[in-house]
Amino acid sequence: MEDMIFYDRLQFAFTITFHYIFPQLTMGLSLLIVYFKWKYLRNKIEKYNDAAKFFMKIFAINFTMGVVTGIPMEFQFGTNWAKFSELTGGIIGQTLAMEGMFSFFLESSFLALFIFGEKLMGQKLHFLTGFLVFLGSWASGWFILATNAWMQHPVGYEILDNGKYVLENFSALFSNPWLLPAFLHNQLASVVTSSFVVASIGAFYLIRNKNIEYGALFLKTGVIFGLVSSLLLAFPTGDWNAKNVAKYQPASFAAMEGIFETEKGGAEIVLIGQPNMVEKKLDNKIAVPNILSFLTYQEWDKQIPGMDQFKKEELPDNIPALYYSYHIMVGLGTIFIGIMSLAVFFLWKRKIYNIKPLLWTIMFLVPFPYIANITGWYVAELGRQPYLVYGLLRTSEGISPTVSSGNTLFTLLGFVALYMLLGLLFLVLVGKTIHQGPRPLKH
Amino acid sequence: MEIFWFIIIAIVLAVFFILDGYDFGAGIIHLFFAKEEKDKEVIAKSAGLFWDSNEVWLVVAGGMLFMAFPTFYASVFSGFYLPLIIVLWLIIFRAIGLEFRSQFDYQMWRDLWDKAFGISSLLLALFFGIALGNIVRGVNLGGVDKGESVYEAHYFFLPLWDSSFSPLSETPGVIDWFTIIIGIITVVTLAIHGANWIILKTNSSINNLLKTVIFKLNIVLSVLTVFSLVVWQTINPDYLDNFIDKPYLLIFPVIYFSGLFGLFFIKKLKKDIYAFVLSTLLILGGITSSLASIFPVILPSTNDVNESLTIYNTATSEYGLSVALNWGIVGFILLFVYMIIQKRLMGGKIDKMDYGH
Repeated sequence: MEDMIFYDRLQFAFTITFHYIFPQLTMGLSLLIVYFKWKYLRNKIEKYNDAAKFFMKIFAINFTMGVVTGIPMEFQFGTNWAKFSELTGGIIGQTLAMEGMFSFFLESSFLALFIFGEKLMGQKLHFLTGFLVFLGSWASGWFILATNAWMQHPVGYEILDNGKYVLENFSALFSNPWLLPAFLHNQLASVVTSSFVVASIGAFYLIRNKNIEYGALFLKTGVIFGLVSSLLLAFPTGDWNAKNVAKYQPASFAAMEGIFETEKGGAEIVLIGQPNMVEKKLDNKIAVPNILSFLTYQEWDKQIPGMDQFKKEELPDNIPALYYSYHIMVGLGTIFIGIMSLAVFFLWKRKIYNIKPLLWTIMFLVPFPYIANITGWYVAELGRQPYLVYGLLRTSEGISPTVSSGNTLFTLLGFVALYMLLGLLFLVLVGKTIHQGPRPLKH
Repeated sequence: MEIFWFIIIAIVLAVFFILDGYDFGAGIIHLFFAKEEKDKEVIAKSAGLFWDSNEVWLVVAGGMLFMAFPTFYASVFSGFYLPLIIVLWLIIFRAIGLEFRSQFDYQMWRDLWDKAFGISSLLLALFFGIALGNIVRGVNLGGVDKGESVYEAHYFFLPLWDSSFSPLSETPGVIDWFTIIIGIITVVTLAIHGANWIILKTNSSINNLLKTVIFKLNIVLSVLTVFSLVVWQTINPDYLDNFIDKPYLLIFPVIYFSGLFGLFFIKKLKKDIYAFVLSTLLILGGITSSLASIFPVILPSTNDVNESLTIYNTATSEYGLSVALNWGIVGFILLFVYMIIQKRLMGGKIDKMDYGH
């Protein structure tokens, strides 16, 4: 039983981590594409239009990857988490089916039109198709976050005698207090990723002294969007989410902040330290007193319950992983604000194009927003443990009763092998597109 | 309300097989009949431009099944664990083949990924057919062994095969001689459909040859259809009962056979689109007839201990279904609008069209 749960979780974690490389780019990038196209409509400068079309190519590659790695996500609810699907399908099936209906159809129909139809439909309609692609991809974020919000903080349900959860109030799924902050935080995080990608490609062109005009445009747009979204990511959305966790999942809050013992008179904020699960303390800790209480409740001496206040069965089952994910996310977010502030400062001084070390830094920064996004989701998912539906359905109760661990290990190995190949393909396709540049060969 | 959702999901699934069916079919044709590089290129393109938006229909069908019939979703997806995951692998592998092939201008490279595309298309068609065969044949629900259920009544786990390869065995596997027949029928049907798609959308040099191919495949399909109907009798003697009780259901087999009959005149048809419509009828009629034959059951039980899964004992609450119907109607109207816009802008042959990436 234990190893069944382990392999089911590992397979889900692996496939969702790989999958989420792609949507986090498409959601944010669609916003930037709409921006470029809008600028072009206003100023009629050709390079903005080229930028929109160039990034739509990168969008399309990511969209394709998102589709092929997304189908296994949906299927796995049934294949590996059958009991969970049976019990909660009447609720989370709603939001998942709506995602397909309202977002994927919109996204895929208008993506094709954006790519093939510019000459046929004129500039205003072309802008509109781009906007609809943006709308579709953000709608998909909305429905997935609504699904996840229900698992984090279940609302609008009723439990039948046979243990099944059925919908009692449809609109409650969307007015869930967990949803809006999580959605905004997630979308901004995806804007961070795509701004960094755009800035990074810009920096690459500038360093290589190739497509300079585009390089300058990408860098400028990328760092401005990057700074604004990084700031909004920390405050208000990050703050708002942390307060929600403190309110609705206090045990997870204690674990992610690394508070082993409840402190009298205000909790400190931990900057660095390694959880020592044997002695129940943080090793090599650096912390600032009272800050956590202030940040969370705006009261310096408000008491925050530590892990000692909760039963073992209520605490997340992998506290170090949760703690590290949270601290990596927050740490990277802080670094992003620093680097992007610097970049915007030198942009404003009109010096950025000549500061090679900064260009190199921006170019190589590109993996880190991906890491921050993914560790952010680890915080949400590890923090929800040991539950699938917080407070109601335990993870161990959700797995498929008939699928043995041997079968899951077999399929996990297959996914690993196939995704390696897929990852390689992705790099080749994106690499070629970047190499070709915004103005490909004329036909 | 259950019936509404059953019909909606059946339609979405049928549309998925009609749409993704043509690009599976194009892959099968590509594997066996495309010899010249130019044809290979354009056939791969006729699938490559559309497959990802076609597979959105699979995602939507899955989501709706999850929402409306969660017990069925849970039972079937975990019970057919291995074949489903293999289907996922094939979908991914096929996508890799399609997207990789034209990345490097090197003959061996293209040949390799062309084969990957063709073979995975063929296997996908086969596996989807086998899946349909399993649904109409039924499974050992509850994993009954010596009169006792091993699992809860609506759960099961099917091995890929049972050593007897017989659908009449106590514990039939995913692959047996009956499901293989249905699988081959699906391969042939989709090959015909794919060939029609290629004729319709491209100017490939084998378009004329393909008409002969379709004619011959149609003969094979007719023989296999009759044969499968005969052997179906041995597995489920009551499979015609629904049609006798409710004669209006006969419309579905009529759809199938009109497609089958019409395709014999492939060379006389005035427009290529007519042939494509006929093979669409084949797929539509085939799926709907199979579902109508077991309705309201959606997964028959092969033992006497546990009852079959029906749309009634696997559905979610009435409230959930009716709320979903409201947004479903809005969604379909929107979808219809998108399709009209898309059709107006993207009709015609694709030879000159530019790849997105």
